Amino acid sequence: MKILVCISNVPDTTAKISFSGDNTQFNTTGVQYILNPYDEIALARAIELTENGKGTVTVIHVGDINSEPTIRKALAIGADDAVRVNSAPRDAYFVSSQIAHYAKEKGFDLILTGRESIDYNGSQIAAMLGELLNIPSISIVKKIDIDGSKANVVREIEGGKEILNVSLPFVASCAEGVAEPKIPNMRGIMSARTKTLDVIEAVSVDELVKFTSYSVPAPRGSVTMLLDNEVEKLVNLLHTEAKVI
Amino acid sequence: MSVLVYVENAGGKFKKSTFEVVSYAAAVSKQLNTDLIAISIGNVEQSDLSNIGNYGAKKILNVSNDQLKTFVNQAYASIIAEAAKKESASVVILSNSFTGKGLSPRVAVKLGAGLVDAAVELPKIENNVFTVKRTAFSGKAFATVELTSAIKVIALNPNSYQINESNDVAVVENFAPELNDSDFGTMVSEIVRASDKIALPDAELVVSAGRGMKGPENWAMIEELAKTLGAATACSKPISDAGWRPHEEHVGQTGIAVSPNLYIAIGISGAIQHLAGVSSSKTIVVINKDPEAPFFKVADYGIVGDAFDVVPKLIDAVKAYKAHS
Repeated sequence: MKILVCISNVPDTTAKISFSGDNTQFNTTGVQYILNPYDEIALARAIELTENGKGTVTVIHVGDINSEPTIRKALAIGADDAVRVNSAPRDAYFVSSQIAHYAKEKGFDLILTGRESIDYNGSQIAAMLGELLNIPSISIVKKIDIDGSKANVVREIEGGKEILNVSLPFVASCAEGVAEPKIPNMRGIMSARTKTLDVIEAVSVDELVKFTSYSVPAPRGSVTMLLDNEVEKLVNLLHTEAKVI
Repeated sequence: MSVLVYVENAGGKFKKSTFEVVSYAAAVSKQLNTDLIAISIGNVEQSDLSNIGNYGAKKILNVSNDQLKTFVNQAYASIIAEAAKKESASVVILSNSFTGKGLSPRVAVKLGAGLVDAAVELPKIENNVFTVKRTAFSGKAFATVELTSAIKVIALNPNSYQINESNDVAVVENFAPELNDSDFGTMVSEIVRASDKIALPDAELVVSAGRGMKGPENWAMIEELAKTLGAATACSKPISDAGWRPHEEHVGQTGIAVSPNLYIAIGISGAIQHLAGVSSSKTIVVINKDPEAPFFKVADYGIVGDAFDVVPKLIDAVKAYKAHS
């Protein structure tokens, strides 16, 4: 089985978010980048599904050379090889088009993404890839079991879950529950240095959306502190002042 | 020209997020001075279909077919794209629900349209420049995105637009687009819904708890407070990581972002990753025994106290309030 895992390079979850250039650019000064946490889960499941010689895992990333530490981390965790499309990840359609172009005739049985990236929070890549490759896509997946050429997949819905049957190949975006993230061991870290990391150039894609500016949420008003025996007052304030109950 | 809105149902019934998205789409159609057409797929009663007129749709296309009773991502996307072409829609709007997240990207690609998902405000249309504000960086920021394509697709976040009701009725028109066998690659075998619980992503009130609860055996009071208020339950990351609560309750940067009217945080210190997921809540109440807990800085109301002491008293106070209202 050949699995392709799409990974992104995102600001660390503790990063302070600010913008520069008249709020048109994310301020990367002092920001640490990490492998997107949901992509880590997708990668962990891909490795589980191909363990003991049952297949290979390729990771693909759209980004410039600064992303290579994140790609090497994915290799250290256990991916077999990697591909980097050498271009800024302009938008979801651009990224999906690059990955679809690469994956088109490679015969991947399964393509995994994270449910969203924690920076732009688009959850678009998996479904766009499915559409571009004309194969099924399942978004926000909590469980993937493969049996031969068929898969049993659980996806999250509001207040519950949906259990689906699907034939390979397909695309799934992975959420918590699919697998536990894997921590690279020393052997993995050593071997990651020599695993193949191909760099390919981007294909041209129409620009349909443009990020024009950013803003941060308005600061909240000051807090009203109550004593621990003033619960009636709290309920009263929630009713009369906040008007939420 | 028109605006097309997809009206999602759950088990044949429209949801609150559906009425939000129709109200939003109606406002967009007013901005563009055109009509709003809705499309429903699945088996929904006629009266519920025409009721969509209340929220501003002139007409509703009804695609009812046994093959489409449960969600089939590719087929639904094809149908919505077909409807958009039939109605010459210039803007297609969906809810950014779990299902919408799977649909809107496929619809956009089919139509050669740009997509803005996680939208939180009405578009701004000035000098033919069409921009939409969306959340970014897991609730830590907003991004304004310009849609430069001829057809535009917007996926609206739940709980971010006020429902507007009137007394109009939508004309129901049956729509039977040709279905393609290759669009039926996924088959739903079972749907599991916790019927006695309020779904967290849709919830207007949320009671959330963290490590201050000391162990999963102490969650009964959290559930009782939630039940008394009619709220959904949630938790912080360490709690779902430890398996005390299911993953779908994890609110925060790597869990889900919520935007309820009221978020009550009990025994949660308020790490930046958790705050990212709750920052668009209208009112935040924090109960924590540590007066230095960072959560108090973003709270509207705070109580410094032991959850095991405060929560039972709060349950009684809510019960007393409910009895009198």
